Amino acid sequence: MALKIIKPGLSTSIQDLGRPGYFHLGIPIGGAMDRFAMRAANMLVGNPEDAAALEAVFMGPEIEFTEDVVVAVTGAEMPMSVDGEAVEGWSSFAVNAGQTLSFGFLKSGARIYIAVSGGIATDPDLGSRSTYPIGALGGIEGRPIAEGDVIPVGKAEQSPVGRSVSAALRRGPSNPAELRVLPGLYWNRLTEAAGQGFFDDTWTVAPEADRMGYRFKGGRALEFVDREQPFGAGADPSNIVDGCYSYGSIQVPGGTEPIVLHRDAVSGGGYFTLGAIISADMDLIGQLQPNTPVKFLKVDMDQALAARAERHAGLQKIREELA
Amino acid sequence: MKTRYTFGGDEHIHVEMDEEMSLDAFFKSLSMSNAVRDADIPGVTEICPANASFQVKFDPDVTHPDDMLKRVQELEHMAESAEKRLSTRIIEIPVYYQDPWTHETVMRFRERHQDPSGTDLEYAARINGFDSVEAFIEAHHAQPWFVSMVGFVAGLPFLYQLVERDKQLQVPKYLRPRTDTPKLTVGYGGCFSCIYSVRGAGGYQMFGITPMPIYDPEQKVSHLKDFMVFFRPGDIVKWAPINRAEYDRIIAAVEAGTYAPRIAEVDFDLEEFNADMAGTNAKLMEALNGA
Repeated sequence: MALKIIKPGLSTSIQDLGRPGYFHLGIPIGGAMDRFAMRAANMLVGNPEDAAALEAVFMGPEIEFTEDVVVAVTGAEMPMSVDGEAVEGWSSFAVNAGQTLSFGFLKSGARIYIAVSGGIATDPDLGSRSTYPIGALGGIEGRPIAEGDVIPVGKAEQSPVGRSVSAALRRGPSNPAELRVLPGLYWNRLTEAAGQGFFDDTWTVAPEADRMGYRFKGGRALEFVDREQPFGAGADPSNIVDGCYSYGSIQVPGGTEPIVLHRDAVSGGGYFTLGAIISADMDLIGQLQPNTPVKFLKVDMDQALAARAERHAGLQKIREELA
Repeated sequence: MKTRYTFGGDEHIHVEMDEEMSLDAFFKSLSMSNAVRDADIPGVTEICPANASFQVKFDPDVTHPDDMLKRVQELEHMAESAEKRLSTRIIEIPVYYQDPWTHETVMRFRERHQDPSGTDLEYAARINGFDSVEAFIEAHHAQPWFVSMVGFVAGLPFLYQLVERDKQLQVPKYLRPRTDTPKLTVGYGGCFSCIYSVRGAGGYQMFGITPMPIYDPEQKVSHLKDFMVFFRPGDIVKWAPINRAEYDRIIAAVEAGTYAPRIAEVDFDLEEFNADMAGTNAKLMEALNGA
């Protein structure tokens, strides 16, 4: 059983929930940018939530199916059809052998997740099928999918059709988007006014936004507390002795454009970080298009953990709805 | 040296041993990250040692962040009293300095460099007070280096030279990062050397290239069959300058599956090193040359 890729889309890759355990060697966890949406897509087609699916950004692929399967597409809003007949997002539908799934133009959000009953069954690398092109790991030969690829699919335990996640249980960013930040890491490098300005200003998503990180622009430049730079750090006040980066951490090279590291993050480097996006809001970043206005909201650890619990509860409600 | 603890969001604890780089800070970071690994704290998913800091990633649903912080802090005394001794290996890494491939890239990105009129090596030699590029290259490979961190991208080692601080070479990064760096480029930024494990963007100055693969996701290269990443923090490296003929010979040997890097098992004792750097390095070299 397989998917035949007629058109690959812009940068469509095989992703699951990633490969933890190798960040100390520079190999990031990877996996779906919007894990909430990918879990929901797998639930809809009766897969384990960590099954591998396709993640497509901005533009959908065109896929021909070689056998009967059940499919669900979640995440961004993008019209789609099977052999020209419209089908709904956040719902499971049957596709027969020989039929083709294709997509229209993106309406909102950035990434769709295409789950297929049985899950994508390419060979895992280091315990995951997630595609990490820099390290040539996962996916097909470590790269995004290409025209003509034939992607194997596993055997489905169950294939429920006609299920859907009700609109109230779906999750995506607001506009302007709000991303919650726990200040920390090298926050102490900023002056008080710079720290305040970071949260007061409205930023927009820059064109340089991918699986490694999202860049933002438009806010005021950040000022640093004066110091003699430590030995080995480098001359710029935004430099530190190269250290590890947290997922979601916000670095601001030269104090000008913040970069939030995402699932395919570099594991370390020499720029100060002012804190990190809380774990509950990482999914939302994966749905931001360039030029989207963004406000960073300052939270404390209790608020971060409450948001995390709320996200867990949201997924639990979907599980119950589909049970 | 004052330890600083901080959270990186709700899933990471970041521990900075010192703001500045030193072997003392590196050793403390390495032994404390080992202590955290040995403590087997529920919820810990990643432990990443770095040059003078380390990071723990954990699941806050399993252990509350405040409790995790306490558990990690409790281990600091163990790191302080730990012997600053490491059973490790010294590896000879051949380097073709001033090779044609990094030279082409050096010239292609000249407008992003501090000194567009020269090469990276000419610039590095001048700002470090050397009379010639040759003398600078000699200083780069004369004494061994410590792998103080593996990361940035897959399997990339950061290296810190085993010499007195006043002999450390220091070079800024490019003004604006390049969009391209040849695979296996030997680079330099701040007080660190590195080897680019894969082709891609980079901001370190480019000095040369090694023919020895250090990352192989397919695990076909003979010395990477057991694991795709060659380096571990704590490895010791000795650069060995080679010419084009030697470079070509090693490339052919790698392709034929017959290349074996020169490696010797050694013990490194930080106090012994601090007391007698030249003597300690000479002993390391003796072990390597006997391998």
